[in-house]
Amino acid sequence: MAGEISDAIIRVRDITVQFGKTRVLDGLDLDVKRGEILGFVGPSGAGKSVLTRTIIGLVPKIAGRIEVFGVDLDAASAAERRGVERRWGILFQQGALFSSLTVRQNIQFPVREYLKVSQRLLDEIMVAKLGMVGLKPEVADRYPSELSGGMIKRVALARALALDPELVFLDEPTSGLDPIGAGDFDELVRTLQRTLGLTVFMVTHDLDSLYTACDRIAVLGNGKIIAAGSIADMQASKHPWLRQYFHGKRARAVMG
Amino acid sequence: MGIVSGDPTLERIARGNGLALCATGTWTARFAPLLERMVADAEKLGGKAPNIVIDASRVSKLDTFGAWLIERLRRSLTQGGVETEIAGLSANYSSLIDEVRRVKAEPVAETDRVTITGMLEQIGRSVAGVGGTLIGLIEMLGAVLAAAGHVLIRPRGFRLTSTIHHLEQVCWRAVPIVVLITFLIGCIISQQGIFHFRKFGADIFVVDMLGVLVLREIGVLLVAIMVAGRSGSAYTAELGSMKMREEIDALRTMGFDPIEVLILPRMLALVLALPILAFLGAMAALYGGGLVAWLYGGVDPEAFLLRLRDAISIDHFIVGLIKAPVMAAVIGIVACVEGLAVQGSAESLGQHTTSSVVKGIFFVIVMDGVFAIFFASIGM
Ligand SMILES: Nc1ncnc2c1ncn2[C@@H]1O[C@H](COP(=O)(O)OP(=O)(O)OP(=O)(O)O)[C@@H](O)[C@H]1O
Ligand SMILES: [Mg+2]
Repeated sequence: MAGEISDAIIRVRDITVQFGKTRVLDGLDLDVKRGEILGFVGPSGAGKSVLTRTIIGLVPKIAGRIEVFGVDLDAASAAERRGVERRWGILFQQGALFSSLTVRQNIQFPVREYLKVSQRLLDEIMVAKLGMVGLKPEVADRYPSELSGGMIKRVALARALALDPELVFLDEPTSGLDPIGAGDFDELVRTLQRTLGLTVFMVTHDLDSLYTACDRIAVLGNGKIIAAGSIADMQASKHPWLRQYFHGKRARAVMG
Repeated sequence: MGIVSGDPTLERIARGNGLALCATGTWTARFAPLLERMVADAEKLGGKAPNIVIDASRVSKLDTFGAWLIERLRRSLTQGGVETEIAGLSANYSSLIDEVRRVKAEPVAETDRVTITGMLEQIGRSVAGVGGTLIGLIEMLGAVLAAAGHVLIRPRGFRLTSTIHHLEQVCWRAVPIVVLITFLIGCIISQQGIFHFRKFGADIFVVDMLGVLVLREIGVLLVAIMVAGRSGSAYTAELGSMKMREEIDALRTMGFDPIEVLILPRMLALVLALPILAFLGAMAALYGGGLVAWLYGGVDPEAFLLRLRDAISIDHFIVGLIKAPVMAAVIGIVACVEGLAVQGSAESLGQHTTSSVVKGIFFVIVMDGVFAIFFASIGM
């Protein structure tokens, strides 16, 4: 891995995660710089979701150290942890919307918990967030079970962005979106990064997203980061999986 | 005039014949309550000046909340007939304002309100729903019987492994708790009986009471209620969460009948389990009762057994065992109907699990009453 990055917003050192006897992450190091969009790729089942969930603290690790916003999450007090949690937003791979709340209540839930603002502002912000993710206000009173797969993704993103976080974790945000929607999504992530200084940790299989949205790409394989760098670095890499990924039929189609 | 960080402010400065509103500081979600108040105050300025400039050049940080509130201010001033513009935004922040500018002003109103008529309507609907519930149960009974018939014709479709698995869950694993509870109930009945009968010198009649009560009524009823709470709820939750995750639809599209694959093994397991549990429960209750009668009432085991043989006939025992599978079927059918009625949300899963247990116990008690009348009229 490259040397220490001073303004890392996420600093992962030497983490190991194991389920039973299968080791999924094995001494992994990773830095995410403030204000960058990091695309995270790797074969299916390599452990991308597991790494994301480990950083967030949902999966226990057997070794290693994780710092987010400079706070060591293992040593942090409950109040410090809450402070960190308020500053990040998470889009789960399956959406993870609250099934017994409407879209409106889902998006307003974190805002209502953390800020004392009027119902009017809550509603307006909800409509604004829905608009940002490309949904009409009419869906506000539907329940998650009444949404399409792509709509679930968008609402989940709107909820992740509800508190205007500084850091968002996106687990395959564009899977299940139509290509135009996915393009708009990349655009949105870019706009948010520029305007809000958002840092994005994005797990994705979408080559378009890697090309258009990401500043840097990290590749996971065998429980470690096998490469990290710009898209040009990735294309130049000799690693067999990377060669296939970036020079395969689909990649050539994207690059035109 | 540089950029100011820290708490947000909104200063009013006269500028020519107009007015400038200078926003400074951090306009972000953290300060949203304060920002909302400031903007509400500023909205009242409409009509004080012919034109107003919202100067955002000294805002140190802006997010969607801040951007929206600035945009809201602009809109409400414009609506009040004041020429309003937003100035001094950096390129980044102005694209954020553009983003929120697309927001439609009137948010859709939340619809559900609690009203008297609404509550009355609810009551009416649930009363009318009782008929629907009964029809649903009969339909399920029919479907299960049809599936059973199908399996009888084509025995290879029978899911033995699944049935055994459910039998383990609802029968074998339930044995300890069922035996413990019925044992304790037997002890209590016996103790109370002796305590009160002793006043008449009729201690020994406690054996009659215990025998009839346990074998005929309490044994099977109590066990059925425990099974409704333990296994009925589990069935509903399992089927309900499978329904939620479209697993049942998947099964159907592969050409399997969910009744045959999921429900028949469960029903069968329950129908076999309840008589076994009721029998074990009755034995445990008699044992507990006998123990108390001996230790507390001084009725020694030999006298107890002798009396028991005189007091009860095989009829009592048969009555208990006939009831058990019927009650099991009722519990199973209620649980499966409720499980398949689960909608998409976690809340719905909870509601149907609750109502599975409540309805299961209710129907068990109703069935017990029906059986009491039936057996009385045929003289058993
Ligand atoms: N709770 C768990 N228990 C056991 N094994 C698990 C658990 N969660 C994940 N795994 C295993 O860890 C490995 C990595 O899973 P993960 O979900 O992180 O893959 P991924 O890289 O996100 O794949 P995809 O691109 O398909 O989403 C897989 O082999 C998976 O089976
Ligand atoms: Mg994944």
